[in-house]
Amino acid sequence: MLTVENLSVSFVTRMGTTKAVDDISFTVESGKITAIIGESGSGKSVACYSLLGLIPQPPGRIDGGRVMFENQDLLQLKPEQLRKIRGRDIAMVFQDPMTCLNPYMTIGNQLMEPLLYHKHVSQAQARKRALELLEEVGIRDPASTIDNYPHQFSGGMRQRVMIAMALINEPKLLIADEPTTALDVTIQAQILQLLAGLQTKRDIGILFISHDLAVVADIADQIVVMQAGRIVETGDRDAIFRNAHHPYTQKLLQAIPRGGKAVELPATEPLVQVRNLCTWFQSGKTSVKAVDNVSFDVLRGEVLGLVGESGSGKSTIGRSLLRLVPVTSGEVHFDGIDVTALQGRGLKNLRRRMQFIFQDPFASLNPRMTVYDTLAEPLLLHGIENRSTVGAHVLKLMDDVGLARAFVRKYPHEFSGGQRQRIAIGRALATRPEFIVADEPVSALDVTIQAQILELMRGLGREYGLTMLFITHDLAVVRQLADRIVVLQKGKIVEQARTEDLFESPQQQYTQQLLHSIPGRSLMELNA
Amino acid sequence: MDAPTITDIAQAEQGSSLWRDAWLRLRRNRLAVFGLAVLSFFIVIALLTPWIAPYAYAQQQLELGATPPSAAHWLGTDIFGRDMLTQIMYGGRISLAVGFIATSVALLIGITWGAIAGYFGGKVDALMMRLVDILYALPFMIFIVLLMVVFGRNMLLLFLAIGAVEWLTMARIMRSQVQSLRQQEFVEAAISLGLSPATIIRRHLVPNALGPIIVYTTLTIPSVMLLEAFLSFLGLGVQPPQTSWGLLIAYGAETMEEYPWLLLYPGLTLVLTLFSLNFLGDGLRDALDVRGAKD
Amino acid sequence: MWRFIGFRLLQSIPVLLVVITVTFFLVRLAPGGPFSSEKAVIPEVKAALEEQYRLNLPMYEQYIAYLADLAEGDLGPSFKYPGRSVNELIAAGFPVTAELGFYALLVAISIGGIAGIVASLRPNSAQDYIPMSVAMIGICVPSLLMGPILILVFGIYLEWLPVSGWGDMPGDKILPAITLGSTYAAYIARLSRAGMLEVMSQDYIRTARAKGLPEWQVVVRHGLRGGLIPVVAFLGPAFAGLLSGSFVVETIFQIPGLGRFYVQAAFNRDYTMILGATVFLATLIIVFNLLSDILAAWMNPRLRSQYGGR
Repeated sequence: MLTVENLSVSFVTRMGTTKAVDDISFTVESGKITAIIGESGSGKSVACYSLLGLIPQPPGRIDGGRVMFENQDLLQLKPEQLRKIRGRDIAMVFQDPMTCLNPYMTIGNQLMEPLLYHKHVSQAQARKRALELLEEVGIRDPASTIDNYPHQFSGGMRQRVMIAMALINEPKLLIADEPTTALDVTIQAQILQLLAGLQTKRDIGILFISHDLAVVADIADQIVVMQAGRIVETGDRDAIFRNAHHPYTQKLLQAIPRGGKAVELPATEPLVQVRNLCTWFQSGKTSVKAVDNVSFDVLRGEVLGLVGESGSGKSTIGRSLLRLVPVTSGEVHFDGIDVTALQGRGLKNLRRRMQFIFQDPFASLNPRMTVYDTLAEPLLLHGIENRSTVGAHVLKLMDDVGLARAFVRKYPHEFSGGQRQRIAIGRALATRPEFIVADEPVSALDVTIQAQILELMRGLGREYGLTMLFITHDLAVVRQLADRIVVLQKGKIVEQARTEDLFESPQQQYTQQLLHSIPGRSLMELNA
Repeated sequence: MDAPTITDIAQAEQGSSLWRDAWLRLRRNRLAVFGLAVLSFFIVIALLTPWIAPYAYAQQQLELGATPPSAAHWLGTDIFGRDMLTQIMYGGRISLAVGFIATSVALLIGITWGAIAGYFGGKVDALMMRLVDILYALPFMIFIVLLMVVFGRNMLLLFLAIGAVEWLTMARIMRSQVQSLRQQEFVEAAISLGLSPATIIRRHLVPNALGPIIVYTTLTIPSVMLLEAFLSFLGLGVQPPQTSWGLLIAYGAETMEEYPWLLLYPGLTLVLTLFSLNFLGDGLRDALDVRGAKD
Repeated sequence: MWRFIGFRLLQSIPVLLVVITVTFFLVRLAPGGPFSSEKAVIPEVKAALEEQYRLNLPMYEQYIAYLADLAEGDLGPSFKYPGRSVNELIAAGFPVTAELGFYALLVAISIGGIAGIVASLRPNSAQDYIPMSVAMIGICVPSLLMGPILILVFGIYLEWLPVSGWGDMPGDKILPAITLGSTYAAYIARLSRAGMLEVMSQDYIRTARAKGLPEWQVVVRHGLRGGLIPVVAFLGPAFAGLLSGSFVVETIFQIPGLGRFYVQAAFNRDYTMILGATVFLATLIIVFNLLSDILAAWMNPRLRSQYGGR
């Protein structure tokens, strides 16, 4: 139904010309899902946006190729003709429903807009159709919510609205750009199910863009892998997952976290004890119970996984342990010392022994400090080194985290995401702490880089003898790293168990739901 | 990782800091560079005026009366026969001084106020910003008019009065900068390392908050100068025997039919200065806006 | 929404009180009373006048008495023009200033708004540079300069428009309105351009285009709503600025408006006039600021529901 032939797109800027898409060809058939997989910079989004003429033409430039849709070359069409196809025959669903919906218009108006424009129906008819579609995508009681604004919906519901908006004109092709990346894992599973269901029901073709092979493993019929603007491999799903040819595809497959940790940990005493921790936030009259009476231990030498979706309180717990957010009530003991009661010098000394690794590697480094400044700061602060000896120590830290020494005087913005996270890890390890809290340390990174950083953390954990609290929403990742897991929901602990016990026989319903939502289950079955 | 291994920090190549990137961007902006050049030129002239002015400030040649530009008087003379070029140069000293000094006053008060309110948050912040809000709602022009009428024609008072008006917005900007920075993870990281609040403010917050402050300062100077010009025009600002561009324009406007150059040249100088400051400010805003590329 | 309005109204009262109090005491503190510049007055007459205008009472009592009068809307008699009350004078001058302000605001919003929107549609092109350069002129050529120049060019050299006065002729209104409004037109142009640029780079604009809507609909239906919020928020300060600006413009064009009266009162130390006019103008400014804040908040659905609405 859609055939892309030899498409090439470049960007021309003052700095030079970059080829974003280089001679790619693929097809999407009716009633089938074609997934385009690639990491950032692969050109996958540029390719799909240029199909619909959504790339601004300076600085973008289509260098060549054809896009055949229903016997027309989309690239040759005049803008007005292309516009008629957009939103009617080919529709798009975007990644972040919060920013992709107009916050100043009601859901109803935005939903009816493409219908009113393309098909010239009356307001009443459009509204009726809109209500039907909201129902179809799983919005309960559409009549009462149709006149609400986007901010009044949750993330998952907003994405359903986006899907409804795309389907309202009965398009033949749906292009979905990372539609589930911004969503919680259980919601992600629901949305994927919705898309697959809608697709069979309406017999449309879907072009699904993603960076995550595991996510498309369950629903894709055909997979196209892109790297640096080129297609490196194409094949149907089973072929790719069983028998990938290209080394890059294989690398992507290997980066999917699989299986568990083999190491057996002898029972040790707890290093960190959390008792009845409550952290409540005031917002006007209501107080939000971010952390609600949570108690657990972190044993010396273990990696404890703290797992939950957004709003579960996992980040707040991590920050509470290090006194980065004020604790409302409860106690945290580190090596017998009451962390919640410390002040001044005592607190400063304690900070030497506990450190934090943040999620966003760009935001967690001071943009005006060089690598040297960032790594030297904790060393100088705690008197571990003085000005003349700190240089050598900094260089050694860089070796430990796998950064080239020659970059020591560069600034954060001159590095890639993965490199910045290495710097952040180096900073956390500088004082040789005993305990590290890592808050979603790899969630913001590309999948292949993720694997590298996780490997790094595993290695350093062993070498430095660290005890770690690993906070994440990604069950597959935590299975590889953690000895024990604590599952959180809405500020309360739902279940705690040894990792393999949790995966093999989850006790609570929520845990089962989480496990069920891990993308790529069929993948595991394939390779079992 | 095929870069050469080094054993000493000094051997490594210096990275390109955000300031340097911003400076490079600024240099490419022709209008901003033009503004910077003109502004520097005027400032230098203003500083050197007592030594380089062609005539003495008070020197009058009544028999001349107002004459159009000539070889002896490049910009003509006023009705008292005083050289216009000299008048403009001396007027510039006052106008520029008011601009820079009043802005500095506003800057000092505003930054300190905003930083404290933004860093500590909570009740301290609420109290401090409530005060700012109340003051913000006051019709300041009216107060300044009153102040100048009541307390007479005091240059120091003029500086203070104008500075007192402008510090409010500066405080608001600084506070919102500090607030948003404080939530950034690198500040949390600094806290988790064990740094003291003073060090955090100094090393982590202030350098990152400077950007909008610099831009706003550059744009405050022209509005301060305008405020002075307005007051002087109404007779409430700078008083003779001193002069400022505002005063010169006021006099020039009175006689503009017969002696248009008395209005034109002071006017042009003021406009040129304001253009320069605004172009520079805009250029700085564009240059400092991007925090460096995210990948 | 009503809670928000009520809350803000309550906040305004202390502000107003501060204004009244500060002005009152400032004016009283000024050296030289209202009569000191006049020819020497016989002591008995002076005493009688002082009694009539309550100048012989202690300051504190004068203040309370003034507040009492104020509550009834009585701004007191003018010192300078015996027999005429401040209310009368304000009533005479304000409509003129209001009319001037209205035209100036019209100029500012229409020219500024359109220029900014047009410029934002094609950034860094001629369509952008030309309106923005003209806008820069509006900012850098203050009214005290623009007024005389416009008079010189259009009034004296070309003789197209009258030079001063404020009669019924539309021609009278043009130059003063342009002079007063030009600076604000420039600010509004920059604000609307920046606002539109920011909005048009948002993701939801891309969604609108993906729906196949024509560009004009994308800009008007989706872009304007968010892009003009900074302009609406600016209207409050703009109003305050227009009032202050009227002082100068009315002086240049000899317009008998409140601004000119105010400046004259300041020079003449006409206590009650200064006080009365200040209170009046301050109240107006506060009300207008409140209105513009409310409008800007209302335009943002998130704030609208936060403050108690749907």
